[in-house]
Amino acid sequence: MNQLEEGGRSSAPVQRDAGEPEKKCPNCRKEIPLSRLWANDLVCPCGYHFRMKARQRIQMIADRGSFRELFSSMASDNPLNFPGYREKIETVRAASGEREAVVCGTAAIGKQKCCLFVMESYFMMGSMGSAVGEKITSLFEYAVQFRLPVVGFTVSGGARMQEGLLSLMQMAKTSAAVKRHSDAGLLYVAVLTDPTTGGVTASFAMEADIILAEPGATVGFAGARVIEQTTKKALPEGFQTAEFVLEHGFVDSIVPRPGQKKYLAEILKLHNGGTAG
Amino acid sequence: MSEEAYKRVRTARNNDRPTGQDYIRNIFKGFIEFHGDRRYADDPAVIGGIARLDGTPVTVIAIEKGHTAKERTFRNFGAPNPEGYRKALRLMEQAEKFGRPVICFIDTSGAFCGIGAEERGQGQAIAENLMRMSTLCVPVISILIGEGGSGGALALAVADRVWMLRNAVYSVISPEGCASILWKDPEKAETAAASLKLTAEDALSLGVIERILSEKEIGTNAFYDRIRGLLKEETDALAQDADLVGKRYERFRKIGAGAVMKETI
Repeated sequence: MNQLEEGGRSSAPVQRDAGEPEKKCPNCRKEIPLSRLWANDLVCPCGYHFRMKARQRIQMIADRGSFRELFSSMASDNPLNFPGYREKIETVRAASGEREAVVCGTAAIGKQKCCLFVMESYFMMGSMGSAVGEKITSLFEYAVQFRLPVVGFTVSGGARMQEGLLSLMQMAKTSAAVKRHSDAGLLYVAVLTDPTTGGVTASFAMEADIILAEPGATVGFAGARVIEQTTKKALPEGFQTAEFVLEHGFVDSIVPRPGQKKYLAEILKLHNGGTAG
Repeated sequence: MSEEAYKRVRTARNNDRPTGQDYIRNIFKGFIEFHGDRRYADDPAVIGGIARLDGTPVTVIAIEKGHTAKERTFRNFGAPNPEGYRKALRLMEQAEKFGRPVICFIDTSGAFCGIGAEERGQGQAIAENLMRMSTLCVPVISILIGEGGSGGALALAVADRVWMLRNAVYSVISPEGCASILWKDPEKAETAAASLKLTAEDALSLGVIERILSEKEIGTNAFYDRIRGLLKEETDALAQDADLVGKRYERFRKIGAGAVMKETI
């Protein structure tokens, strides 16, 4: 695991010497010094958005010191005794430093108070099991109680297989909580990041009032390989990218990372801090 | 043990089982089918309309697999496109307007995985159903009659009561898909089937369904009469409930909550 993947909790980048580590950009193929990536929210000068850890993103998007974590103790406990799951989750916890695949809390974005959730790609690719469903649901309920808008960053491979039907039901549970929040006249803004797929796409990712996406992010329901196998057709160029779903009318806008904070703050302001009326 | 779960999967997929249409024809009287989602197309994988349940008007929606090769191709093997979910939602909104209970029959390996389905927002279509169904004020009963494949099945199952036929299965992923992703070996589907806890008994013990329907004399008049009686009794009872929406919320709210540790380890 390289330094970039471990990152997330450290603060501003330090000046590095000539021998500093670099990371190869899969898009432009250039070796980019890590310090340069860190200074630019993990966006390559060519525009490629690297994946970002949840806590690093919170640092980027929330006003300094404003984030208060909620429901941090909630974690899944192998409810079906699924073979290998406990070992897997323990390994992932140790490697990621997270207890689950989403971080929830309250924050201020450009002085606008909101509830914030950020999914974690380094935790079983942001898969949704009971704990992720419970945390997201609890956050929307908290937001209704305190009349706050919700801003959420999604990244997910879908429902977590190892919790079977319980994972599937989280799609219904989170959707019902989003609906209650919506019916209370409160604003929900989702930002789809790479990749947002499966059961998360088919629930709270696609249920926001305003849906944004990061450039180049994979956004879709079924996996591309499954679609190829099912249809035996070559997939069109750029299939299931943020640009593709924008063209087909399923997201409001693509917002590159460096402008996201300002964009979100403005959206929140335009909605009276997210509490319509 | 592990054999039993996969045996259920094979039974649930059997082409000779009654399909959605058989249930509609034999349980209700005077079914009138309505087509189309008013947005793009009519999806033959989803059948919907109005009918009488022992005299009471109800909205009926079914995912249809078809019996013969020709029918199955026409029905896209019961794999709905976004239009199917949007047609279902349109009919549910209509049921809401006219105060009719909604009864859904579910039998699908999953929402269709296709290029067009993605272009037309398969994920968005399912998400919208999940959200809207959570606040329908009319009673909703969903019955899994064969395969209950993931989000594509759940999109018609945000209900007050969810029932399963004894040999129906309900799962977040197919056992083959699970085995190939987790163990890179589709041959381990049997182990996956057992691990996924996808049988009717599993679903009942996880609190995901309320009732298992016996398959005794499946396909006969007696079988359909029994289901009609249960549906009538339950829709009547639900129609008396002043807090259907609140209870439906709690029904899903509690699922999985017990599986979450809330204290620090």
